[in-house]
Amino acid sequence: MARVIFTPHLRFAAEPRVVAGRTLGEVLAAALAPHERGYVLDDQGAVRKHVAVFIDGEQCRDRRSLSDPVGEDGEVHVLQALSGG
Amino acid sequence: MTRLHIGSRKGLFTLARGARGWEVEALSFAGVQVTAIAPDRRDGALYAAVGHGHFGAKLHRSTDGGRTFVERTAPTYPPKPADLDDRDPMRQLPVPWNVELIWSLEAGGVPGEIWCGTIPGGLFRSTDGADSWSLVEPLWLHPDRKRWMGGGYDFAGIHSIMPDPRDPRRVVVGVSCGGVWATHDGGATWSVRGTGQVASYMPPEQVGDLVAQDPHRIVRCPAAPDRMWMQHHAGVFVSDDAGMTFRVVDNVPPSTFGFAVAVHPTQPDTAWFVPAAADSQRMPVDGKVVVARTRDGGRSFAVLDAGLPQRHAYDLVYRHGLDISADGGVLAFGSTSGGLWVSEDQGDHWTAVDARLPPIVCVRFA
Repeated sequence: MARVIFTPHLRFAAEPRVVAGRTLGEVLAAALAPHERGYVLDDQGAVRKHVAVFIDGEQCRDRRSLSDPVGEDGEVHVLQALSGG
Repeated sequence: MTRLHIGSRKGLFTLARGARGWEVEALSFAGVQVTAIAPDRRDGALYAAVGHGHFGAKLHRSTDGGRTFVERTAPTYPPKPADLDDRDPMRQLPVPWNVELIWSLEAGGVPGEIWCGTIPGGLFRSTDGADSWSLVEPLWLHPDRKRWMGGGYDFAGIHSIMPDPRDPRRVVVGVSCGGVWATHDGGATWSVRGTGQVASYMPPEQVGDLVAQDPHRIVRCPAAPDRMWMQHHAGVFVSDDAGMTFRVVDNVPPSTFGFAVAVHPTQPDTAWFVPAAADSQRMPVDGKVVVARTRDGGRSFAVLDAGLPQRHAYDLVYRHGLDISADGGVLAFGSTSGGLWVSEDQGDHWTAVDARLPPIVCVRFA
């Protein structure tokens, strides 16, 4: 099972979520309720421009199709990219 | 009781009239940009669109006058066809099929109907009070939509939505930059209109091109819905046929450039503008904040400055930054410098609200 940890700014996901999935897309689909999805992914299902996703400490590569593999004990961090003022 | 809602770069401020004047009563969405506000006067609901810098555009509804909000569903674009070449003609950037910004919200003509305009230039409609949304595809897929172009933003957007109070199937929208578009059948078919506008920023062949027009903001008189007032990039225009044709109003002092316009709800010849020095500056002329008012359909204007800063004031008022209450009794406008002024005598005198607010995006009475 993969463990998904969200930035504390996403208050709906204060606790890590443990879900099944072999790719980033499968993991996020399992970890996010439909009304939460739009906070992390844009209308086309890609990672939002100002959201950063790490898999086991590495930036995810495929931000559009979310095909990056996630291991059996993988850890996914959903964070804010640094931006704004 | 009338409340005044201020959407700012850093939250929604709700003001009420107390014994000492208009005062801030509540702050919602602290730290988050509020991009559009709309009251639904049929059921008393208040809709607020927010733009989380990281997490996208969201929509909330209040049923207690803006004290508390509950998140509703935000509109989203359908999947973009993989083989579609959809580019903004100005910058040649691919048009994102993604709600970058909720730019306008309006209650429709039938209960539960809400219209939403976004950047990029999609129009969305809800028939269930923002529980669900659908993209108005006949407008989004109209061949001329691909000629819409970004201006201040990278992509075109819909900033003005004006349902006809006499017939909810008739809706007129303003697009920057894309002109004035109308439907007579509830959104099934759309056509561009608005002859008489002048796009003086375009090459000579396109000055009169209806799709090249940049209306900054259009308002419609509720009691006389064929009367529309427009603050356009290239001047002020007025229509007496629901936007089919416009005539130029070139005598607005001290400048015909600006973004905001308001029309009196029952007096179609009375309108207000907040002029700014032309587009290369976008700040008040000579550092003086003034409002221009006509009461005779644009034949003459008065410059209103009582109570407004007249020295070293650089407040710009955005297109949604000026509003009038539903009964026509109170006017308010807010600026990019966080200035907020209210008038209870049609603009003859203004009072600054005692607060140092964040940059103001939109001002709305409810």
